[in-house]
Amino acid sequence: MRKIDPSEITPEHLYLNRRQLIAGMGALAAASFLGGCAPEPAGSAPTATATSAPLGPTEMAEQLESELTPLEDVANYNNFYEFTLSKTGVAELAEDFKTSPWEVEVGGLVSTPRTLNLDDIMAFEQEERIYRMRCVEAWSMVIPWRGFPLSKLLDEVEPTSEAQFVRFETLYDPQQMPGQNRAVLNWPYVEGLRLDEAMHDLTILATGLYGKDLPPQNGAPIRLVVPWKYGFKSIKSIVKIELVAEMPTSSWMAASPNEYGFYANVNPNVRHPRWSQATERVIGEGGRRETELFNGYEEEVAHLYAGMDLEENF
Amino acid sequence: MSERPGRHRTARRRAVRWLEIATHVGALTPLAALAWMFWQNQLGPVPVETVIRLLGRYALTLLLLTLVPTVVRTVTGFGEVMRLRRPLGLYTFLYAALHFLAFAGLDFGFRVGLIVTTIVESRREIVGLVALAILGLLALTSIRSLMRELGKTWKVVHRLVYAVGGLVVLHYVWNYKELRTGPAVAGMALVLLVLARVPAVRDFLSQRPGSRSS
Repeated sequence: MRKIDPSEITPEHLYLNRRQLIAGMGALAAASFLGGCAPEPAGSAPTATATSAPLGPTEMAEQLESELTPLEDVANYNNFYEFTLSKTGVAELAEDFKTSPWEVEVGGLVSTPRTLNLDDIMAFEQEERIYRMRCVEAWSMVIPWRGFPLSKLLDEVEPTSEAQFVRFETLYDPQQMPGQNRAVLNWPYVEGLRLDEAMHDLTILATGLYGKDLPPQNGAPIRLVVPWKYGFKSIKSIVKIELVAEMPTSSWMAASPNEYGFYANVNPNVRHPRWSQATERVIGEGGRRETELFNGYEEEVAHLYAGMDLEENF
Repeated sequence: MSERPGRHRTARRRAVRWLEIATHVGALTPLAALAWMFWQNQLGPVPVETVIRLLGRYALTLLLLTLVPTVVRTVTGFGEVMRLRRPLGLYTFLYAALHFLAFAGLDFGFRVGLIVTTIVESRREIVGLVALAILGLLALTSIRSLMRELGKTWKVVHRLVYAVGGLVVLHYVWNYKELRTGPAVAGMALVLLVLARVPAVRDFLSQRPGSRSS
C-alpha cells in the first residue's frame, strides 16, 4: 500500500501548523519583515536582553524566541465582547464593521487637543513591533503589529502638569456591535494607563498586523497594544483618548473589582482568584509555556513599579 | 399473577431494553463525533481547548441525564427507567475522566509539576478534581457485587451525586470571566432536578391525574 503523505490530505497551512513546522515559517516570515534577521531558534533558556535601550523589532523577535502565531489564528480567535462572547464567532460578525471614516478625539488635560482622522493616524511613522500578547485567560499569541508609539501622539497634544492617567474609550455603536446590546460590561469599553506607562516606548497604537491594516476583529482601525499587561488592557477600536488626573475605572474593574485591577500586569505569581496564571496555552503552536513576569518585558518595565506590591496592585 | 399485568411487564421490559440501547448509542455518539471532527480538522483554531470543552460539556449533560430517571418514575410510575441510571452514571464518569486526561495530557503534556501548580492555584480546577474523584468513587461502587455488599450504605454514598452536580456547575461557571448562558442553564436544570426530589414536590408530581400506573 502506498503511504499517504499527510500533506496530501490536509491543507498545506494546517499541515504545517499541526506538525509544528510553523517554526520554519515563522522564522521565514520574521526574516522577511526584518530584512533578513531571522530570530534565534526556539529554546527553553530564559530570555535575556543585551541592552536596556529601547528595542528595535529585530531584538524583540530575538528576545521572544518564539514563532509568530499564524495569521489565520490571530484573525479567528478573538476576545471582542462588543460583537460576541464566542472567540471564534467575532470574525464573521465583525466582517462589515465600518472603520472608515473614523475619528479619534484626543483631549482632556492637554494643551492642544485634536481630533485625528485616518490620514492623521497614518501620518505617524508606522513601524513593525513583534510582541507576545498574553490574555488573562491564560493563552498567548505572538503578533507582528504595525503601529506607532503612543508617546508620539501624546507629545503632540502636550499633556498638562495635572495629567496623571490616560483614559481610552472604544466605539459605542450597538447597531454595528451587537454584543453591546447585552449588559455583559458597562459599554462603551473603557481602559486606562498611568501616564508613564502610556509614555513607555513599548506602548503602541496599532493600525495593522502582518503588514496589513488591522482586521476588524482585531480592533480596527486603531487599537492599543501594551505587551506587558493582560490583553484586555489593549483596548480596541478606539474613538477617544483623554488625559485625566484620577485613575480611570476600566470596564473590567467595574465588572469584577476583586478579579481585575487597574494594572493587570502579566504576573505568573499572582493568580486570578479562580485560576492559575503560572502557564499559558500557546495558540497556533500548541502546547504550553511558563508565563513570564511582565510577559517577558521585565527588563524594560520593572522600574515603573519599583517598590510597589504587585500582589496588591494587580 | 394474572395474565394482563404479566404481558404489561414484558412490554415495559422491551421498552427499557430499547431505552438502554438508545442510551449506549446516544452516549457514545459524541465521542465518535469528536474523533470525526479531529480527523476532519474541524476543532477550530485551538483544538485542545475545543476537545476539553466538549468532553466537559458531554460529561455535564450525562450527569444531568443521570438524574432524570428518578423524576420520570415519579411522574409516570414507570419504574424500569431506573435501570438507565447505571449506564448514564458510568458514561458520565467516562467523559469526566477523558475531560481530565485531555487537560493533563493534551494541554499540559503530562508535565506533573505544572499540573500540580495549576490545580493548587485554581479554585476552578480544584472543584473539578474533587467532582472527578467523587465520580470515580461512584463508578467504583457501581460494581454489582460491591453494590450488594454495601446495601443501605450504597444509597447514602450515591447521594454524593448531588454534590458532584453542584461542584461541576461551579467549575463551569468559574471557567468564564462573566456568567454565561451555558452554566446558568445547567445550574437551573440541576436545581429543578433536585427540587423534584423534595418530598412535597415529589408527592405533588406523582399525584397528577393519570400518572399512577396502578
